[in-house]
Amino acid sequence: MQRTLTIAKRELLAYFNSPAAYIVICLFLLLMGWFFWQPFFLVNRASVRSMFDLMSVLLLPTAPAITMGLIAEEKRTGTIELLLTMPVRDMDVIVGKYLGALGLFVVLLVCTLPYPISVATLGDLDWGPVWAGYFGLLLEGGAMLAIGVLASSWTDNQLIGFFLASAACFMFWIIDRFLPLLPQSVASILEWLSFDYHFRNLARGVIDARHVFYFLSVIGVSLALAFRSLESRRWS
Amino acid sequence: MSDVVIEARELSKRYGNVLALDSVSLDVKKGEVLGFLGPNGAGKTTTMKILTCFTAPSSGNAKVNGYDIVDDSLAVRASIGYLPESTALYTDMQVIEYLRFVAELRGLSGEDSRKRIKKVVEETGLGDVFAKDIRTLSKGYKQRVGLAQALVHEPPILILDEPMSGLDPNQSVEIRDLIKDIGRERTVILSTHNLAEVQAACDRVLIIAKGKIVADDTPSGLRERAGKSRYVVSVLSQGIDKAATAIDMFSKVPGASRVRQLEADDAKEFSFELFPQGNEDLRPEVFKAAVAANYTLVGLRREGQNLEQIFRDLTIVETSTSGAKKDADKSSDNTTAAA
Repeated sequence: MQRTLTIAKRELLAYFNSPAAYIVICLFLLLMGWFFWQPFFLVNRASVRSMFDLMSVLLLPTAPAITMGLIAEEKRTGTIELLLTMPVRDMDVIVGKYLGALGLFVVLLVCTLPYPISVATLGDLDWGPVWAGYFGLLLEGGAMLAIGVLASSWTDNQLIGFFLASAACFMFWIIDRFLPLLPQSVASILEWLSFDYHFRNLARGVIDARHVFYFLSVIGVSLALAFRSLESRRWS
Repeated sequence: MSDVVIEARELSKRYGNVLALDSVSLDVKKGEVLGFLGPNGAGKTTTMKILTCFTAPSSGNAKVNGYDIVDDSLAVRASIGYLPESTALYTDMQVIEYLRFVAELRGLSGEDSRKRIKKVVEETGLGDVFAKDIRTLSKGYKQRVGLAQALVHEPPILILDEPMSGLDPNQSVEIRDLIKDIGRERTVILSTHNLAEVQAACDRVLIIAKGKIVADDTPSGLRERAGKSRYVVSVLSQGIDKAATAIDMFSKVPGASRVRQLEADDAKEFSFELFPQGNEDLRPEVFKAAVAANYTLVGLRREGQNLEQIFRDLTIVETSTSGAKKDADKSSDNTTAAA
């Protein structure tokens, strides 16, 4: 556990030692500001519903950008060899790196807090859905980051890691847009697989264990597969 | 056998269709400095990667410090300090941050960690740069950081993959001296291309070619094994009816075992190569014999076999260009002078 945290700490430090963290956070906030405030005064309601929908879309490029280098870059430069010959389990490495990425994501979420705060100064804001929205976003983002770690473990090229993860996240995100076109039986399965379906429910304040469980299983499966991928070096 | 700290039995490693390592067995005793020699792709790095648990052998097994490399991988890794060939470090970190990170991963904390880091920084001469980003350091200093991270947990075993490669001659000597110091109280395996370094630093040499160990001996033992010194004799051809007469005559020199004619530098000369039976110096006898036969002796020198020639004999299958051969001959002259 201690070693997992050591690795997580290093990853988080590495984000802030390079321009990466600042670029990701700035770009995210810039795009969010543009798309959020533009229609805000037209609607003229003290609500942040649209903010969470927007952030859920912005996660699609953001989460893969955060994770793309985690393992791929270590493979490219060869630092992975030193890391994996330390007395740490492969799982410590995967989870540590994942937690590091999650740490940056939490910092990013904290940076968006001025939005609901300023909305609250403009009108009567109901904080319940705000916290529910953040909770949903944390889970959805967490799932996307786990997929990103997996994609990064498959390659030694950051860019490939980015595109693989973006494609996979986009698939999970867009699935439920096709539902009206499909027969009922298939549609219900696909709906259940969709990120957006679970996120929308969570953001509406329906903190149902099923939705939480869904995201946690995506995280678990992705990290387990990433562990397998890292471990496969021993036998190849 | 309790003083054997690394014990490998018939390790093989297959990458796809390529057999990178072919039943390699080796024992390394406590406190030994083992030089691992071989051409590129011979299997040195693969062996090291297996011993450090980065990769698993396709077959065979090994014990490091008494622990099995597959079943007790974490314990094995805890007893080893490793410097990989690439010396890839986290270049975005400061030297001190990096060493703290490694110490933490090695399970050190608090006062203990601080003391050890202070000690390795002193040992490896990183005092001037410990607050600098690793990416700004020269190759020599990066190599020192690599050594420092391998030493921070005071491991009983050090595995260093080409620690001197890519360094300029001064840095290389510095790192070599450092390794000698470090190796005084530890077991060290180091791989290198540089034969002079093996001769200078190692107690034992292991030569590996095409995935197999082709020699396992002390530097001096290897030299003896591959053949003793030889003598090159030149005489003026005037007054000698044919070379065979001279060969016949030189074969009778006491202590000589075999004589062979060499291509002479000059048309007026005959050159011969004389191999001795024992270790005693044949030059006085050769001189006396030449005088007795009334030959005009114009050249007589003794050549020692050095590791480079032995290495080439053992590892080169196809004959390389004659230019390379000449280089090897030249360097053998140098060793003679030094000896």
